[in-house]
Amino acid sequence: MSALNLIDGSETSLRRFLQTLPGVDQIGAQERAAMLGTRSIKTTSKKWAIDMAISMIDLTTLEGADTAGKVRSLCSKALRPDPQDASIPHVGAVCVYNDMVGIARKHLDSIGGQSIPVAAVATAFPSGRASRKVKLQDTKDAISLGATEIDMVIDRGAFLSGQLGEVFDEIRAIKEICSDKAHLKVILETGELVTLDNVRKASYLAMLAGADFIKTSTGKVTPAATAPVVLVMLEAVRDFFELSQIRIGVKPAGGIRTTKDAIKQLVLVKEIAGAEWLNPELFRIGASALLNDLLMQRMKLSTGRYSSANYVTVD
Amino acid sequence: MSDFEYAPAPESKAIANISKDYGLFINGKFIASHNKKRFETINPANEEVLAKISLADEVDIDKAVKAARSAYVKVWSKLSGKERAKYLFRIARLLQERSREFAVVESLDNGKPIRETRDIDIPLSAAHFFYHAGWADKLEFAGFGDKPKAHGVVAQIIPWNFPLLMLAWKIAPALATGNTVVLKPAETTPLTALLFAEVCQQADLPPGVVNIITGDGSTGAALVKHPDIDKVAFTGSTEVGKLIARSLAVSNTPVTLELGGKGANIVFEDAPIDQAVEGIINGIFFNQGHVCCAGSRLLLQENIHDEFLNKLQKRMSKIRLGDPLDKNTDIGAINSAAQLAKIHELSSSGQAEGADIWSAPCQIPNKGFWFAPTIFKGVTQAHRIAREEIFGPVLSVLTFRTPQEAIEKANNTPFGLSAGVWTDKGSRILWAGNHLKAGVIWANTFNKFDPASPFGGYKESGWGREGGRHGLGAYLKGAK
Repeated sequence: MSALNLIDGSETSLRRFLQTLPGVDQIGAQERAAMLGTRSIKTTSKKWAIDMAISMIDLTTLEGADTAGKVRSLCSKALRPDPQDASIPHVGAVCVYNDMVGIARKHLDSIGGQSIPVAAVATAFPSGRASRKVKLQDTKDAISLGATEIDMVIDRGAFLSGQLGEVFDEIRAIKEICSDKAHLKVILETGELVTLDNVRKASYLAMLAGADFIKTSTGKVTPAATAPVVLVMLEAVRDFFELSQIRIGVKPAGGIRTTKDAIKQLVLVKEIAGAEWLNPELFRIGASALLNDLLMQRMKLSTGRYSSANYVTVD
Repeated sequence: MSDFEYAPAPESKAIANISKDYGLFINGKFIASHNKKRFETINPANEEVLAKISLADEVDIDKAVKAARSAYVKVWSKLSGKERAKYLFRIARLLQERSREFAVVESLDNGKPIRETRDIDIPLSAAHFFYHAGWADKLEFAGFGDKPKAHGVVAQIIPWNFPLLMLAWKIAPALATGNTVVLKPAETTPLTALLFAEVCQQADLPPGVVNIITGDGSTGAALVKHPDIDKVAFTGSTEVGKLIARSLAVSNTPVTLELGGKGANIVFEDAPIDQAVEGIINGIFFNQGHVCCAGSRLLLQENIHDEFLNKLQKRMSKIRLGDPLDKNTDIGAINSAAQLAKIHELSSSGQAEGADIWSAPCQIPNKGFWFAPTIFKGVTQAHRIAREEIFGPVLSVLTFRTPQEAIEKANNTPFGLSAGVWTDKGSRILWAGNHLKAGVIWANTFNKFDPASPFGGYKESGWGREGGRHGLGAYLKGAK
């Protein structure tokens, strides 16, 4: 982990490093994001973007009412988003609660979806308010059930009260459990961090601690993946690559519901982080309703007509 | 992995109803010019002829001034502010209704990207009419005495960089304060002014209140010299501004001049770097750098020089140069062959004087006038490119060691139109604002315009202010 040369792991070194980061001017960041939102993506590039966005989706269900049946149906959709069109790529991953991991893995394997990873939200998702012991066990459980991606939440309380070392150590502890068995996505819950300066600091904190991905939100708090937040996180991974030669992924989640929203995200990726990030290994979109809108826009592109919502499957 | 190239997304030209030829707009009608002379206006992005334009001479100018005088005496000066406001509101709404058409025509005639005409030029032009419509019936309360009086007939000459917007900056306050107007648009960009003449007809503006005469430099010179002009307002180069000031010195005609600039954008070590990079880009590459208040000098604190330039160059590599009508174009065509030659000349001088040139790698179209976004590193105060206005997408990078030195270098210019300060420290912004000698100072942003904000320069950047309450004063007798 060459990134760790930047700090020695102590709270002091961490604080010192984060203080060297330049500030973020909120107005400027909002303006830049808004300007990139005016990019007009048409015809061939729209087609490319829709398929890419589909392959980047972490198809998600995170509800108290989740059942085995619901999760299995989601897995089928993940593998074949449109049963009538085999040319559509499968999604990036299926994202579920801890106890649904086994069901999802088994069902995916049984329908030929071995290549689709199952991501589990862990560490007392979404609030993160549990003891370290519980969080570690939560993660271990998910991995033992077959999760190869862990979406952990940071302790926002610790971050906001200045206990940066606490947040850092916790991410490292979870990373240790993941080791080479699972990819670690670190959820910053930017809606609770509020300022873009905090978003930048938390992004670096997570990257230094060993995150493979930094993720905006749990989806349970608004605002979630706003364009300025994603912009700041993409700047962070871009600059972190210059420092460490390591490419960290980014996952916006929450509030991305339409094709237009998704394409705007891809524009941000291309123009901020660069085209190297335009693939499911380095960019994911946490979403559920988005997939159907992408499918409908895809149909519109190929047929020239808008079809009714009955031509895509409900989950 | 395939690359996410943006497919062409051109705005349709179909909405632009450009006639083959245009007369002069005098006394509410388009009429043929006296000498029947014409010139062509072309699309600088592909050099295609857009229309034939009439070249006004002294006879036409006299006709236009007479029409303006008659409209002033008989109609306009008798209307209450409230009535004048109705016309201004109507014009503003018409500009909004026809905004797409105006945006396309402006991009075609000027070469600037549709994103800018659509999102900035046209909405801001409408905003100027709305804003000044609001003032028309409140002039007695604006601090210019209880009976503020219009000058009468105003001659206005505007440049080619923001054709419609500069027209709005000029015509809206003039009409709001009760003057009538003879306006000459720039030789290379007359189309939106002529389209605006149609809007005046549509708005039922009394004939003669706005007259638009087209032509070249000689037309402008003759207009300024007309003996029945009560006030002159000019936006353009410092060179021409000086000529106008000289020719009006004899008659003591009131004049406002909005001239050139060599704005300094000062980036301190504690600046929000990514947004500062964006601001520098916007400061110099907005409108191909054809901006009088452009941040054409980047003053960088020496200890962040390398890091900042690295980021700036990477960002510049993502600028999209090309078809102005493509919605994804960031930088369009240089307005004319003459301007392109001037940019080349100054840019060569930069190289000859030893500055280090770097241009963004972009595909330059075969036809039309283009200049890639360019920076010069290692520029000193002694270089021509640090002193003269290039009026193109060329940035000169200089360094400083202390805040005092930054201010000293920023002010070390015959101009004084704009400046930018980039720092997270509020106290430093206020301190710099107190010491910079520039008419507009932006902090952690750049090139922001609003009708309510007065705009104008120190030193050779001009006389007087446009916009806001201050701008009204220029169109009222005895007011300052």
